[in-house]
Amino acid sequence: MLKIDNLHARIDGKSILNGISLDINPGEVHAIMGPNGSGKSTLASVIAGKEDYEIRQGKIIFEKEEISELSADERAHKGLFLSFQYPVEIPGVTVTNFIKTSLNESRKAKGLEEMPANKMLQLIKEKSEMLEIDRKFLSRSLNEGFSGGEKKRNEIFQMAMLEPKLAILDETDSGLDIDALKVVANGVNKLKSSENATLLITHYQRLLDYIVPDFVHVLIDGKIVKSGNKDLALDLEKNGYDWIKKEVAKQ
Amino acid sequence: MELKEKLLSSFIAFENEYSSENFFISELRNEAIKNFETTGFPSKKDENWKYTSLKKVLNKEFSIFPKNEHVVEYNKVQPYFIGDIDSYKIVFIDGKYASHLSQTTHEGIDVCLMSAALSEPKYQLIIENYFNKIATQSGLNALNTAFCKEGAYIHIKKNRVSEKPIQIVHLCTGEDPALLLQPRNLIVVDENAHVRIIERHQSMTKNPTLTNSVTEIFASKRCNIDYYKIQNDKSEASLVDNTFIAQDSNSDVCVHTFCFGGKLTRNNLNFFQNGQYIQSTLKGITIIGEKQHVDHSTLVHHLQPNCESHQDYKGIFSDNSVGVFNGKVIVEKEAQKTNAFQANNNLLVNDKATINTKPQLEIFADDVKCSHGCTIGQLDKNAMFYLKTRGIPEKEAKALLMYAFANNVLESVKIPQLNKRINEIIADKLGVKIGFDL
Repeated sequence: MLKIDNLHARIDGKSILNGISLDINPGEVHAIMGPNGSGKSTLASVIAGKEDYEIRQGKIIFEKEEISELSADERAHKGLFLSFQYPVEIPGVTVTNFIKTSLNESRKAKGLEEMPANKMLQLIKEKSEMLEIDRKFLSRSLNEGFSGGEKKRNEIFQMAMLEPKLAILDETDSGLDIDALKVVANGVNKLKSSENATLLITHYQRLLDYIVPDFVHVLIDGKIVKSGNKDLALDLEKNGYDWIKKEVAKQ
Repeated sequence: MELKEKLLSSFIAFENEYSSENFFISELRNEAIKNFETTGFPSKKDENWKYTSLKKVLNKEFSIFPKNEHVVEYNKVQPYFIGDIDSYKIVFIDGKYASHLSQTTHEGIDVCLMSAALSEPKYQLIIENYFNKIATQSGLNALNTAFCKEGAYIHIKKNRVSEKPIQIVHLCTGEDPALLLQPRNLIVVDENAHVRIIERHQSMTKNPTLTNSVTEIFASKRCNIDYYKIQNDKSEASLVDNTFIAQDSNSDVCVHTFCFGGKLTRNNLNFFQNGQYIQSTLKGITIIGEKQHVDHSTLVHHLQPNCESHQDYKGIFSDNSVGVFNGKVIVEKEAQKTNAFQANNNLLVNDKATINTKPQLEIFADDVKCSHGCTIGQLDKNAMFYLKTRGIPEKEAKALLMYAFANNVLESVKIPQLNKRINEIIADKLGVKIGFDL
């Protein structure tokens, strides 16, 4: 579904990604872990299409198509979704209005008619109930004054509405207490199918107790230095990143 | 011939035609033309006109009186009305009253014509008490007074509530190659009365027009006035709107100015607080592009204690457009416990657009709360990226952010159909087809 081949990217002349290769197939959950500043969030942004980054080398193939030249909205229309570490506050646009615009623009791009209002409201009701979102919340301005948990829950709500093929969840666990984490993880698990895939980006192993990955990759200095199964995450939790750094240095 | 000379020489003919009607008015006109002769048109040397030049507007060969009467079918002008509300309408075509498009009344309230008020004896007392009492006596205001003969006359009597809003619409057919219009409105709202008014100036062709409008509004004790100005004109239409509002104790007056431009638009909006516990609200949304120029010059004069004023103007400027906000607040020594708030927030969509914003506070009282703030910003890049990752294309994402920037001003619009219409105009102006009204 997603194939990243030897990806190099930089921002303001500073190289952040230094040759990343990654294969994600339908039905799989991948986790990328790594210390601060290793390039995790950059990788998420580059896949999603943030224009500030310059791709120096390599390819991003999504659904058999090279997407490096596509804008963020075009990538979204193809079925990519990025849940933000820090969702942006947009006063003056309600959650409902936002999701309605988002969904209809995606439908328009696929040559579909706008979704009728009653169907839209039904869908919103269904998905917000799944994520235990209060109805009042939907008429508030997008992310404005939301708590950390509300913001993340709102991200997953948008994901549920848009039903992407590949969801990239950037530090979805940060700022969540354990109850909120369970709700969010539960939502993500419910949305999983054999047709879609998930890429988790996280600091801590904690999230992986609730969303169990098929593969764990360790990112250091803009490179994937080690891959393994979920046990690798437990190793990291116990021993930190230093032993991997040393191992890499030896090679 | 320069426009000023042309106006001065036309005045004699004008005065000959209308002088017999009313001695009081005749005197005012004669005095006004003298004032105009002395002061002339404002120029950039005038501090209040530093950022707005009328030069490019005044250099046309304006007709001062339209040649013929023009009839316009309703379906041609229907888009310029808020059509889906039951309302009174006072409609003018090229400065002349259009009875077939209007709906006036004398039932408990007077919604009729300035020409009637200036000539019929039953209005004499009101005219003598209110007419030309708060308008400035020089420059463009004097010019308007000198040539005044038509406009809207509205008198809401004590304890009356006008359930229906009143629409004042000035249309210009463009049958004259260039036309100068000088409507004159007088609005008197008695004690405890309520009224909502929508005013629009609209040109129907690309021929140049210049409208020099003067409106005087008198708000008596405990009355409530909601005034909405819609300015969304053709590329060669210019407007100088001079509005003066005198408020008495406990009155509440709110003016919304929705300005989507013409060629040049200047709003001189002046509030005088002559009593206590007064609320004055001035709100505006300006969205312009191309080479449009919009200037909001506001004045709130706090003369008495315990009053409030709120100003909230939002502007979005693209292409080579120019915006000006000049907000003056004067708090006199007697006006203790004044609460005056002013905000002017602007968004520059590209590098070529300009905004000049200048808050001006003159405070002579010591126990007051006055605040002002102006900002000039650009669209937030992170917010743009966020919206785009949700499948919202660049143009729509921009529009959504611009709308979000301005839309809190719409919350205080008390006519839902008007709110809807302004939403539509904004979407149209921003070039998108997204529903903003959820």
